[in-house]
Amino acid sequence: MGEFEVHRVRFFGLVPAGVRCLAWQPRGNRLALARTDGAVEIYNFAANYFMEKVIPGHDARSVEALCWASGERLFGAGLGGTITEYDLARLCVSSSLDGGGGPIWSMAANSSGTQLAIGCEDGSVKLFQVIPGGIQFERNLDRRKGRILCLSWHPSDTHIAAGSIDILRVLDVTSGQTLQRIMVNYHVQKVTRECVVWSIAFLSSGTVVTADSFGRVQFWDWERGTLVESHTVSTSAVLSLAVSEEEDSIVVGTSTGATYQLQLLPVKMGSLEKRWVRTKPFQYHTHDVRAVAHSSTALISGGLDAQLVIRPLMEKVQKKGYDVVLRKFTFPHRRLISCARKARLLLFQFSQHLELWRLGSTDETGKDGQVLPVCRLPEHLVQLKSKGPEHIYCSCISPCGSWVAYSTASRFHLYRVRYEGDGVSIKKVPKVPKLLLPAYQLQFSADSGSLFVASARGSVHVLQLPEPGGCKHLHTFRPPSGSPEAVYLLAVSGDGHWLAAVGGDWAIHIYNLKCLKHHCVVPTYSCAVTALAIHPLTNNLVIAYSDQQLFEFSIPEKQYTAWSRAVQNCGLHQAWLERDTPITHIAFNPKNPSHILLHDVYMFCLLDKSLPLPDNSALLMNQGALKQLPETVRRRQLHAFKICKKFQPLLFADMLDESCLVMVERPIMDIKTQLPPPIQQKKFGT
Amino acid sequence: MVAAAGLRVVRCGGSSLHGARAVFSADCKQVGYLLCASGDFVKMYSVATEETLRLMGGHGDLVTGIQLNPHNHMQLYSSSLDGTIKLWDFMDGIPIKTFTVGSKLLALYALAGSEDSVFVVTPKSGEQDAFQLVSVKLPKGAGQDLEARELSVVLDGVDASPKSTAFGREGEYVASVKEVNLQVYFFKQKQLNRFAVGGMKTKSGNSHFTCIACHPTEDCIATGHADGKIRLWRNFHHKKEYTFSTLHWHHDSVMDLAFSVEGSNLLSGGVESVLVLWHNVSERQKDFLPRLGSAIEYISVSPDGALSCTLHKDNRITIINSNLRFSKSIQGLIKSTDVKTGLVVDPRTKALVLNGEPGHLQFYSLQSDQQLFSLDIVQRQYIHQAGLNQTDLVKIAFSPQGKWLATVEEREEAADPELQLKLWFYDEETQSFKLNTRINMPHEDHITDMCFRDMDELEDDSLVLVTTGRDCVFKVWVMVEDTDPEAQQSVSWSCDFVGSYHSYQATNCCFSEDGSLLAVSFEETVTVWDSVTWDLKCTFCYPTGKLRNICFGRLTCSKYLIGATDNGFLCCWNLLSCALEWSAHLNILVLQPDPLSEYIAAISWLSKESSLFVFKPNEQWPIYIQRNLCKEKIQLAAFVPRDEPEVTGTEKYLWLRRSQLFFLTDTQELMTLSTKSLEERLTPSSKQLAVEESLPVTPFSLLLGKHRQQQSREDTDLGKRVVGNKPEQDSPAVKELLHTPAHVLPSASFLCPIFINSLLISKENKSVEEVADEVEMQSENTEEDSDEERDVTEMEQDGTNPMELLGEMTCKLSKSQERELRKIRKMDYSWLSAF
Repeated sequence: MGEFEVHRVRFFGLVPAGVRCLAWQPRGNRLALARTDGAVEIYNFAANYFMEKVIPGHDARSVEALCWASGERLFGAGLGGTITEYDLARLCVSSSLDGGGGPIWSMAANSSGTQLAIGCEDGSVKLFQVIPGGIQFERNLDRRKGRILCLSWHPSDTHIAAGSIDILRVLDVTSGQTLQRIMVNYHVQKVTRECVVWSIAFLSSGTVVTADSFGRVQFWDWERGTLVESHTVSTSAVLSLAVSEEEDSIVVGTSTGATYQLQLLPVKMGSLEKRWVRTKPFQYHTHDVRAVAHSSTALISGGLDAQLVIRPLMEKVQKKGYDVVLRKFTFPHRRLISCARKARLLLFQFSQHLELWRLGSTDETGKDGQVLPVCRLPEHLVQLKSKGPEHIYCSCISPCGSWVAYSTASRFHLYRVRYEGDGVSIKKVPKVPKLLLPAYQLQFSADSGSLFVASARGSVHVLQLPEPGGCKHLHTFRPPSGSPEAVYLLAVSGDGHWLAAVGGDWAIHIYNLKCLKHHCVVPTYSCAVTALAIHPLTNNLVIAYSDQQLFEFSIPEKQYTAWSRAVQNCGLHQAWLERDTPITHIAFNPKNPSHILLHDVYMFCLLDKSLPLPDNSALLMNQGALKQLPETVRRRQLHAFKICKKFQPLLFADMLDESCLVMVERPIMDIKTQLPPPIQQKKFGT
Repeated sequence: MVAAAGLRVVRCGGSSLHGARAVFSADCKQVGYLLCASGDFVKMYSVATEETLRLMGGHGDLVTGIQLNPHNHMQLYSSSLDGTIKLWDFMDGIPIKTFTVGSKLLALYALAGSEDSVFVVTPKSGEQDAFQLVSVKLPKGAGQDLEARELSVVLDGVDASPKSTAFGREGEYVASVKEVNLQVYFFKQKQLNRFAVGGMKTKSGNSHFTCIACHPTEDCIATGHADGKIRLWRNFHHKKEYTFSTLHWHHDSVMDLAFSVEGSNLLSGGVESVLVLWHNVSERQKDFLPRLGSAIEYISVSPDGALSCTLHKDNRITIINSNLRFSKSIQGLIKSTDVKTGLVVDPRTKALVLNGEPGHLQFYSLQSDQQLFSLDIVQRQYIHQAGLNQTDLVKIAFSPQGKWLATVEEREEAADPELQLKLWFYDEETQSFKLNTRINMPHEDHITDMCFRDMDELEDDSLVLVTTGRDCVFKVWVMVEDTDPEAQQSVSWSCDFVGSYHSYQATNCCFSEDGSLLAVSFEETVTVWDSVTWDLKCTFCYPTGKLRNICFGRLTCSKYLIGATDNGFLCCWNLLSCALEWSAHLNILVLQPDPLSEYIAAISWLSKESSLFVFKPNEQWPIYIQRNLCKEKIQLAAFVPRDEPEVTGTEKYLWLRRSQLFFLTDTQELMTLSTKSLEERLTPSSKQLAVEESLPVTPFSLLLGKHRQQQSREDTDLGKRVVGNKPEQDSPAVKELLHTPAHVLPSASFLCPIFINSLLISKENKSVEEVADEVEMQSENTEEDSDEERDVTEMEQDGTNPMELLGEMTCKLSKSQERELRKIRKMDYSWLSAF
């Protein structure tokens, strides 16, 4: 693998926001997830659960409920009292409408996706019609006191069940009348606390399922108003509930971090009598499980510990594959860190501010595995706070370290940073050209002379940065065929000749910067691109896809390289393909052109193209084993993938120069200490 | 044949009650019986009175399973390691049929659905430790002994434990667990599903299966696991879409599970000695019955759901109400792992006294096979944890009249042991032992032996306790008047004399019969001391052999001192001549003198078998030798005095006339020697039918009771002799007649003379006769009543095996006849003695 001096950076204080709600879209095989800071993420389950799209949050726009309606339109509603529709191509809010009933606690779309019902603070349930280009208020249903915390449509769209504090109501959609009002704590003796119905589901059989703060999951016959079954699953509150499409399985999430599955099972073999039985408990979260979803093959849960957990149901999965393994996601599938290689600076992107750090340094050298004493400590140079409620979409620092750029939903900022001895002065560049915002990705050229701004509709703006500190719009690249999707990844060649851009439709366009024209399109591959980079010497474009495939495309020759064809022919190692997280960054070794540096959250890989590829019988992670072998045997065992798992979870890795690496870690324990304490639970034996 | 006339080694009482799940008789509300496999026998207890009603013997080896006959709940199937299944009429204790299967039977299951077959677990032929579940077709032959040869294998690779196989709802399926695999076989579909929990490995402990229970009405299987979890399996007719939920409370392995009759509740138990009731089989709602004393081995539920019972590791049955309240407990002999105290007979109750629960002394009644009471000696909380050094009871001794009890407890410490000598005084008022004196560190090292001076006449003043220790001394303890006015008791014990001999370790001590001499063995030497002056009188020594046991001869042989050495010699010294009288080369482990005669029993261990020698010290040749007494090593023995001398025919067994020899093997099996044949031994217990005692209180019974009371009051007026005679005369005969089931009774014309005869009282007061007449009338009434009741059951039974009953009847007839004759004979004797 070679020996490197590694900067092990642990001062990136990222705390991912907790998961607030989930919305599963079975047709598109996508999951919409809203975080407590208002950010909305789309996970594509077909593309190995890749976090396909991110809409950064907004201080004034909390999201309490998400739902998919009329095809692929995503709506969100929150305590701000507005219903927002998200534009998933441009990754921003397309329209928003005030609900008119105070803070909105819940929202549900009917089965055909033509109507939205919202539950408000004032106790009203309002219906909205989904029309092209937005939504329209339709009518108010019967209003009673008490906030509506959860809503569920009957699959026939004729009734709505609404859960409130201590009661649940069933409303008729056509008449708007309350048909049934059920006290949920009627059966509890001497109630002193109020019983909050946190989540509700209306089954086609007419059964209403409620999850309440007493830790019960209860099944009600709504017409008679009677309790059919009650399952006390937890001593603490049950916060979330989701029903499978076949209505034979329910997943619930509790405030202790446990999730439970309830299944509708026949009492006897062959008999029609069925009963709900609590079957499997899962404890993957440490904090409240605020949101659950039930796909046809998996239970999905999201908690305040910022984890998204996908637990496959083994009995539903037909064949063994990528889907049968439990997946946990804590970190975003994109890069929040940029590195100024020459100046040895790191720029960290937080939701509302940026931090600029100078790496420490050492004079000493040591052996493999030795920790070197730092003679100059890493230094926090600048904290740049974004003004306004909008969160940051993207940020970048130029390789020389003298330019910092970031973008929010409506504004684009470029700063000139000067280093005078130990001091730093930062100056905003005035008169930034007006661009189509937001920018989704920013990339400086290798000589820091120009800035590339990824924008909506597949366009990339090229800004020129003349030396004294100006900024000038030079050109805008557009894909020749046009594209509705925003560009989310950029790569620029070391010689400043080529620019590669990937849009939401996963097409990779290559532009010639010298002639300022479209060069070619990389043959389309049916998976999301997670990282790409252009080799500084050979101008080969290295592409990592979310299904863990790797391609190398020669830009000058407009075709895949021989090595890439060889990889495709013999296939990648099984263990490589079954990794959890996508590759988020690609770098190159300037000393050795055959080396490619790749990393995901759990490993760092040095890919040596000159060595043979491993076959499935070989051990993929063989670095430890190789060390023990004598020199001659070791040569025979060598293969292209040299993997190091020492640094976990790894958010960023890059090569500063030929012998120096920087690794940015974010230990899970550090995040846990930032979270509020979980519910105290007595553990046996302690 | 020698065995017929000779002595038989009989497993006596105390055999473990936890061979198989206990079975409740069908109607617990009326007359509840609890049937339980105990060693080679099946025991029947009354649920209401906890009394042992019947002991059904006949199996030649351990009984491994008992099940009510699903088609006739008055009958019971039992299976045994001897390869037979027996069908019993447990109300009468009669074996109806014996089916010989051939191979060992390890578990038995009977199903209502299968008409004439039962299921057994047998070892697979040719393979070690492989077992299979086999369905046995029970042939419908006429004879009593039938061969069941029609076997068909149902499941392969099952576990030998009866807890690891269970039959599901209406016998639709059978589920069996072994290690980490669960297999379910559906009879109708002929489908076998296998599931494993290996893939779902937990971080803590192993998830091996330990037991299984099936829901009575639903398709639900509950399995217990070694890590304390209970899994509830559902949907298991799908190979893939099966599912299970987990209940977890036990911290160690779940020993047994049982569903309630409706299946709404689940009972589970384990080493925690807590019975857990899971309401609606859900995790959140559960109730506990804690402090059940010891680990729960089996749980069973009565068919009407009113009662459940747990069988414990320490030979106890606990009967529990349906609302999870402790109701009754039946305690057998507690088998502690190491009986350090030896077998001691309590002179007061004639009960066997030995280590019971940790730190407790159990008083075990041999007659009733029940624990009389348990005395807490150590009086400290016992912590159930492996590897802890806890105080344990090591030595006990009773004073000759049973008034004083001395106990020694010790705690094994690395450096020096912690010792305590306690003296207990029997308090007549509270009828229990009260702590009198506690002596800390009576010796510097372990106490090896302890005895009281046995002087019958002057008990209190002359009472002396001698202890010997490894610290090379023996100490003499005497009672002193307590001078401290604040002391609660008037006397206490203190050390009077310390003797030693050449700094050898003192190993045994023993008083002569009259108490004048004390023998203390110091390794290879026996020293004899005067018990008044504590002077060393003489020493005996047998070359190269440390003494293991010593004892004085008794009665005519009191001039002899017997010692057994560890290099295999038995020596007898004459105290008068101070010379070795004789010696024999025998590796004696146990030397036990009979307190009531001059006989001494010695048990040797030679070439993997124990032999018994009974001898008189004055004769060199033993009176009785029984080689190959048993295969196990015998650790302890005791002579228990009989209530009344047994009449034995031959000279050979004269030594058994006054006391009975009991011995304990190293597998904690309590055995005895008996001259009687098995049937004879069983009769007394099967004779008493406690139907009457457990009858519910009806107005009629109250009326009857009132009459009885009156009658007894009148009896007391009549004087002692009548009282003595009356119950002997009328009750057994009348009882016998009334409570023998109608279908086994001989014809009325035959019975009448005997019955009348039994009611006739030889020339007594007139009033007695009147009373007797009254009783007769009433008993006739009851007879009619019971006849009506029994007609129904009789018809049912007729349907099943009419041929069988005929044979049974004649047999029974002669027996009862015989019994009557014996009774008449007895009556004559008493009449004679009146002269």
